[in-house]
Amino acid sequence: MSASVKSHAVRLFPQVAALAVILVMVSIAFPGFFRLEMQNGRLYGSLIDILNRGAPVALLAIGMTVVIATKGIDLSVGAVMAICGAVAAACITSGYGLVATLIVTLGTGILCGLWNGILVAVLDIQPIIATLVLMVAGRGIAQLITEGAILTFNDAGLIFIGSGSFLGLPMPVVIWLVFGIVVALLVRRTALGMLIEALGVNRRAAMLSGVSTGVLLIAAYMLSGLCAAIAGIIAAADIRGADANNAGLWLELDAILAVVVGGTSLLGGRFSIAASLLGALIIQSINTGILLSGFPPEFNLIIKAAIIVMILVIQSPRARTAFAFLSRPKAAEETKTEQEAK
Amino acid sequence: MNPRYLPLTATVAIFLIAYAVCIAQYPNMLSTRVIGNLLTDNAFLGIAAVGMTFVILSGGIDLSIGAVIAFTGVFLAVLLQATSIHPLAAFVLALLVTTAFGALMGAIIHHLEMPPFIVTLAGMFLARGMAFVLSIESIPIKHPFYATLKGLYYKLPGGGRITLIGGLMLLVFAAGILIAHRTRFGANVYALGGGVATARLMGVPIGGTTIGIYALSGFLAGLSGIVFSLYTSAGYSLATVGVELDAIAAVVIGGTLLTGGSGFVAGTLVGILIQGLIQTYITFDGSLSSWWTKILIGLLLFIFILLQKGLIHVTDRKRRYA
Repeated sequence: MSASVKSHAVRLFPQVAALAVILVMVSIAFPGFFRLEMQNGRLYGSLIDILNRGAPVALLAIGMTVVIATKGIDLSVGAVMAICGAVAAACITSGYGLVATLIVTLGTGILCGLWNGILVAVLDIQPIIATLVLMVAGRGIAQLITEGAILTFNDAGLIFIGSGSFLGLPMPVVIWLVFGIVVALLVRRTALGMLIEALGVNRRAAMLSGVSTGVLLIAAYMLSGLCAAIAGIIAAADIRGADANNAGLWLELDAILAVVVGGTSLLGGRFSIAASLLGALIIQSINTGILLSGFPPEFNLIIKAAIIVMILVIQSPRARTAFAFLSRPKAAEETKTEQEAK
Repeated sequence: MNPRYLPLTATVAIFLIAYAVCIAQYPNMLSTRVIGNLLTDNAFLGIAAVGMTFVILSGGIDLSIGAVIAFTGVFLAVLLQATSIHPLAAFVLALLVTTAFGALMGAIIHHLEMPPFIVTLAGMFLARGMAFVLSIESIPIKHPFYATLKGLYYKLPGGGRITLIGGLMLLVFAAGILIAHRTRFGANVYALGGGVATARLMGVPIGGTTIGIYALSGFLAGLSGIVFSLYTSAGYSLATVGVELDAIAAVVIGGTLLTGGSGFVAGTLVGILIQGLIQTYITFDGSLSSWWTKILIGLLLFIFILLQKGLIHVTDRKRRYA
């Protein structure tokens, strides 16, 4: 058990360190950064704000991690968020109860995922293209549901999901934390995670060794759709309306970025949901940090690009070979201790 | 018939049928004016899509072009506002910057062996960010030379006009067809799309070709940015968001295989025209909402992907039994 804790710590170290460095840098530029206040039974402060604002990307990153681990990618999550936000707003304004609305909305997200999954698993279309269809058409469908307007609602229950609080934490934070833990336990406490990794490394080999790859692939995209639906509900509840044009716009790219920052390879295989969630927090800390420290927000995208390039360089096969070459004696030692630990 | 031509034939057939349906409903659509406007309105998209065709033919993808177009527009507007430089010199500068930018992305893709998707995503953030840094406001371009360029057109019988930018798009497509089918670079691009390992064994210079492809895409995105700034007479850093998706859709609808190695630059032109036709039809109709464009394009994408899948399936079986 302690070995597994240790290996987790080693795996998550770069992300935790990066997050810590960013937080410290922001707190130097903005002294009140770590201050937390309790007001009306809810915590307030910049840290809580990062957790809260990062909720949609964190949720999307959970599904995206699993999809990327299967050597896929899901470009449609932003559009699915828009569709689900529109569905939620349309249901609640036409008089359905909160529970029915949530069920219909989550079902819609899962259905979108099923569509993507069938295109990828059954029709064998490249994931990037298969999900592009829904990415292009999705916003149009969302517009169709909202009939071109921004559908506003004032159902207290639905709004609570976006801006309520539970145990002192904002609802969105509670939702993504709980959902992340549930999914992580589901894939790591069962063989599911290993099967997904096998599928991502080599689909044919996994199939030949008895993994039902088709079902797993479809399930991965359905999970991603479900995550997008939850994120869509939160985004809609936050602004008390469904904005088909702007809900989840470009969030698919942020979610992919979060997964890449988390160290999961785009080429499929080993994945870590915790690392992706840390990646989402890193991105949100950068966004919030740039705002708080008084940098012009125009630099936001450039800094993001610089970070991606840095991570790409570190992750690239060539840099790894060079690194392994430079630290060969040490690397050999590490593998030895790893083997001993096992 | 050679199955290679089937997607292209299907695209052309769909375009002709769709146009016939449009004419049956609105006879006015059969005028040179509509055709001229179709070319002018889609000029910037078409030029960028030629670059995207080469990228996709090589098995890659370029997500940065929308951001590069916006960057070029802002770059030109700021340059013309702040200095007294002649627009032609500014055009050359802009093209140099975007070509170098594309080449840099190609170099990163090749030398760091990273997926084009994530490298060009970083490029998209960078180009959009640079545009924001230059200016977050929309800057009008009032240089008299712009008015001169906009006034240039070739008058068609029936009152239609082929404007400078519409004609430029047709020229770029002609050049793209020549490069793809009549030069060594073009052959290398097809070889690369067929499989990197095979291409390497055939003696294709992988690195040079990859860098060349993305440099070409950057150059054409820059040219497209110039055309877009002529079209709108302004530079705005939030313009042309998502153009890369429209370009990818046009390439796919034009019958180019997304796995690379098979397709035609000419098909992309038809793909652009189909998208333009859908928009024109919606404008003519007046009662349909513009979001139907997105849904129809998504549907067309889906149909063409299915068509391609079926095609690969059929040719594979033929090869197996041959």
